[in-house]
Amino acid sequence: MSKIEEKQEEIVDEFSMFEDWMQRYEYMIELGKTLPQIDEQHKTDENIIKGCQSRVWLHADLEGDKIKFSADSDAIITKGIIAILIRVFSEQTPKDILEADLKFIDEIGLKDHLSPTRANGLVSMIKQLKNYALAYQAKLN
Amino acid sequence: MANATFDIEKVRKDFPILQRKVNGKDLVYFDNAATSQTPKQVIDSIVDYYENYNANIHRGVHSLSQEATDAYEQARIKIQKHFNAQKPHEIIFTSGTTHAINLVANSYGSFLKPGDEVLVSALEHHSNIVPWQMMCEKTGAQMKVIPMLNNGQLDMNFFHKEVSSKTKMVFVNHVSNALGTINPIEEIIATAHAHGAKVLVDGAQSAPHIQADVQELDVDFYTVSAHKICGPTGVGILYGKEELLEQMPPYQGGGEMIAEVSFEKTTYAGLPHKFEAGTPNIAGGIAFGVALDYMHSIGFNVINAYENELLTYATERIKEVNGVIIYGPENPKDKTAVLSFNVEGLHAYDIGTILDQMGIALRTGHHCAQPIMDYYQIPGTARASFSFYNTKKEIDSFIEALKKAVSMLS
Repeated sequence: MSKIEEKQEEIVDEFSMFEDWMQRYEYMIELGKTLPQIDEQHKTDENIIKGCQSRVWLHADLEGDKIKFSADSDAIITKGIIAILIRVFSEQTPKDILEADLKFIDEIGLKDHLSPTRANGLVSMIKQLKNYALAYQAKLN
Repeated sequence: MANATFDIEKVRKDFPILQRKVNGKDLVYFDNAATSQTPKQVIDSIVDYYENYNANIHRGVHSLSQEATDAYEQARIKIQKHFNAQKPHEIIFTSGTTHAINLVANSYGSFLKPGDEVLVSALEHHSNIVPWQMMCEKTGAQMKVIPMLNNGQLDMNFFHKEVSSKTKMVFVNHVSNALGTINPIEEIIATAHAHGAKVLVDGAQSAPHIQADVQELDVDFYTVSAHKICGPTGVGILYGKEELLEQMPPYQGGGEMIAEVSFEKTTYAGLPHKFEAGTPNIAGGIAFGVALDYMHSIGFNVINAYENELLTYATERIKEVNGVIIYGPENPKDKTAVLSFNVEGLHAYDIGTILDQMGIALRTGHHCAQPIMDYYQIPGTARASFSFYNTKKEIDSFIEALKKAVSMLS
């Protein structure tokens, strides 16, 4: 089992303890508060993910053969969502990131955030994470 | 209650969607400025069309085609009467307000020349900015912006100072979608005309609340979307003065809009068909007429008074929530039933997401009016917009939910 899959299972387990939407959102808000802040110098317009109603900055560094992500947002629930994504994807190889199946999003009740409405940022965030992986994979090869 | 004949419970029963649950809670629909809900009468008219007389119009000699044509043209007359246009062919069916504005921008806008100026209000929806920007680029005309004041109203001093004989067009919304501000269009139209400029008023947000009389306003162009006024999506109208529409070149080519076609030369059909290329949204046009009938069965004065009562109540109650900032005119009399707000330190997106979990639908974001958000230096607002089928009880649920959201997010 790849590390990405293990992390997804961990998150699914955590979310399975919640009985209602409030607990789920309260947890995401908590996660948002713990999100490792992006270095101020990376909060540039270039690093803003387009297609989110809130502003989301995502930065990626290659450390060895793994990618380290950092991010921030001005909306707290969005921060929680990115915190979850970073937990799954950060410090993984580009190859694993590109091949990752994201079924956990459905399982933790975040699927609503995947609908292709304009307000939604999750689709754009995942796309951007994978874009970084693609770019770094090309660089590694 | 504003009027003894207005039975809110009876009205609510006309809207099947109001019975549904969202996330296990009773739906509270406060996104009416984005689209209104549809009464059974309107839905039935669409079903009736497809079940009983679906046919292409204006061409067929057969009975179905004639029935469909009659119903569609009757709808045009209903719309003409509603807006008090002088003639039915001054009503051009479009796919909505955006299409109507693009039609005028591309057709009437093609008369613009370098050195001409157009004035646009800072309160506009992007769809009343971008088509004109594109036209200015093409023609070399210059666009000037009438700024907004802090209270969400237009800087009319600027307007009076800037309007001149160079001004060829002024475009302004009757009501701002982001703030609900009712603009002084009478003053704008009279002043623009005194300088020889034409005026397009975007009526998308006013139509559900205010019955505009295009002759009394003396407006040159007025645009409306059916889906904001209890009608279906994908249909709307452009009202234009006959003399202007006659001068204007066609915007789109195709069937329906021609008189004679040969490869050497095509002559165009008369109004309104010159601007109605292709098979239109026939069921939608008919249903638009039914939606107006429905609104009139309640009465625009009754609707306006009741919605203002809702807005006044919501404006008072929302002040109970700590840190609430309301944008736009302070006096509910200066706007339609729109409450655009933020809570200090919180993002509108977070508020909207939590409220949705409690079944409350409102809009968050820049509302396609980024210049307004730039003015206030905010990424967006949360917007609750009310309709005549909403209730004070729903506002109570909204306020309770908002308090809960604020405590979760703080």
